[in-house]
Amino acid sequence: MLSLILLNCKGNQVETAEIKGKRIAIDENIEADPEIEEFVAPYKEHLNKTLDSTLAYNPKDMVKSDGDLNTAIGNLMADIVMEQVNPIFKSRAGNEIDMVLLNHGGIRSGLNKGNISTRSAYALMPFENEIVVAELSGEKIKEMLSYLERAKTAHPVSGIQIEMDQNYKVIRAEINGEEIDENKSYFVATSDYLQQGGDNMNFFKAPINLYKVDYKLRNAIIDYFKKADTLKVEKDNRFIRK
Amino acid sequence: MKRRYFIQQTSAATAFIGIGGLSSLSFKPNYKKHITILHTNDVHSHIEPFGPDDSRNPNMGGVARRATLIQQIRNENPNTLLLDAGDIFQGMPYFNFYGGELEFKLMSKMKYDASTLGNHDFDNGIDGLYAQLPHAEFDFICSNYDLSDTVMDGHTRKHKVFTKDGVKIGIFGLGIELQGLVNKGLYKETKYLDPVEIAQDQSRILKEEKNCDLVICLSHLGYDYSHDKISDIKLAKATENIDLIIGGHTHTFLDKPSIETNKAGNKVLVNQVGCYGLYLGRIDFYLDDKNNIEANGLKIEV
Repeated sequence: MLSLILLNCKGNQVETAEIKGKRIAIDENIEADPEIEEFVAPYKEHLNKTLDSTLAYNPKDMVKSDGDLNTAIGNLMADIVMEQVNPIFKSRAGNEIDMVLLNHGGIRSGLNKGNISTRSAYALMPFENEIVVAELSGEKIKEMLSYLERAKTAHPVSGIQIEMDQNYKVIRAEINGEEIDENKSYFVATSDYLQQGGDNMNFFKAPINLYKVDYKLRNAIIDYFKKADTLKVEKDNRFIRK
Repeated sequence: MKRRYFIQQTSAATAFIGIGGLSSLSFKPNYKKHITILHTNDVHSHIEPFGPDDSRNPNMGGVARRATLIQQIRNENPNTLLLDAGDIFQGMPYFNFYGGELEFKLMSKMKYDASTLGNHDFDNGIDGLYAQLPHAEFDFICSNYDLSDTVMDGHTRKHKVFTKDGVKIGIFGLGIELQGLVNKGLYKETKYLDPVEIAQDQSRILKEEKNCDLVICLSHLGYDYSHDKISDIKLAKATENIDLIIGGHTHTFLDKPSIETNKAGNKVLVNQVGCYGLYLGRIDFYLDDKNNIEANGLKIEV
């Protein structure tokens, strides 16, 4: 209460105004409106049926903390982007994607052993991020490598081979089996979030060219799950410390 | 002279009896009008309640429960307005699957009166928002987005005046700057206009030209920021003629409205109820028979 109410009883002059404010918790003490529940039911049923239908089989548990600089689940996501997006990019831009870089924080859940559903893809990637392809100079790729040296994190990659020493200094980095050439440019697929500077990946910010592929990361994952029968992605030596 | 004195005495006596009669029924001050404002923000496609095992909000939320609560309050006071401060879309697969159709249909069933636009309401592009408009039987009020070069042209209002029990309630809306928050390809030619200038203009029109008794700003600017960015708190202080700001965007859980002082020295309420339909905000305005809430000794109980 801020100030006392002043009662005023002179003739037709009525009482001073009053304002009350509060919030009301919506919890199990409030009965659900049956008409609303009935209305939602068919949407819910369709949603659950679609989300829970099996798309693929996963032979082993995958979590994002199961590796030093690369993880099975991160490799899976980066490889999915390469496999799903390269044909689209090739037909639109006439070039091949050289590499993929995503962010470790963008892996939003693990994948349990067993049947993989659309729900798994939503858990893995709940956001609406679109895949983009940034054409970066060799110089920017070097900036990317020093970013990865500082990050010391298993950011998912595909198409690039990186070896670091125990102090996270890059010893060797190759794209398409060749050392990075500062005079060349490279086509790097990533998410629109990262391209716009998410996770401080500032080397993405001013690319030579930026190509949209109009493909959501989650949809690429779902499409890959649909065509894969059994997931067979492992931790490997694409990004390691020696 | 004598006659005039007699009339004065008579009217005073009549008035006294009238008030005395009512007072005997209740010791509470009897206001002539009672307006209830109910509000949500950042519901983000949360339709079902959180499950019992949820780590943060077990057994909270749910549209069907919200509908029951709203109906109960409307039964108590038919002079109720139901408002949303934006970010209706995005957050649960219901949005990804149905594009916002179910969210709009449910809000229409609950008889929402108006909503403003949040940044996530552009997540399927401005075309995706436009496509869902046939499912929304309530108004979108947004004063600081110039949508004239988009498909949404003519489908939002700069303000709207609702009349409840003779009380005129003017509502205008403010959206957050979309650049940097939403891809340009999604919001297209939506132009963001300065919220403070627009708020000053709209609230003046509502108060002075449309003679509104209450002016409410539906805002998706965000509650408060440590940096310069415009927020509901900054807006409250920088403007006049606004009585209540209903906010969103920052998912700020206020257990009661904040009270700020505006440029003219008057009190402004700022409220926000977190997100995901976990809470319903409720503000009750009691007005005297001149529909005045700014009489001496305005009492704000929060």
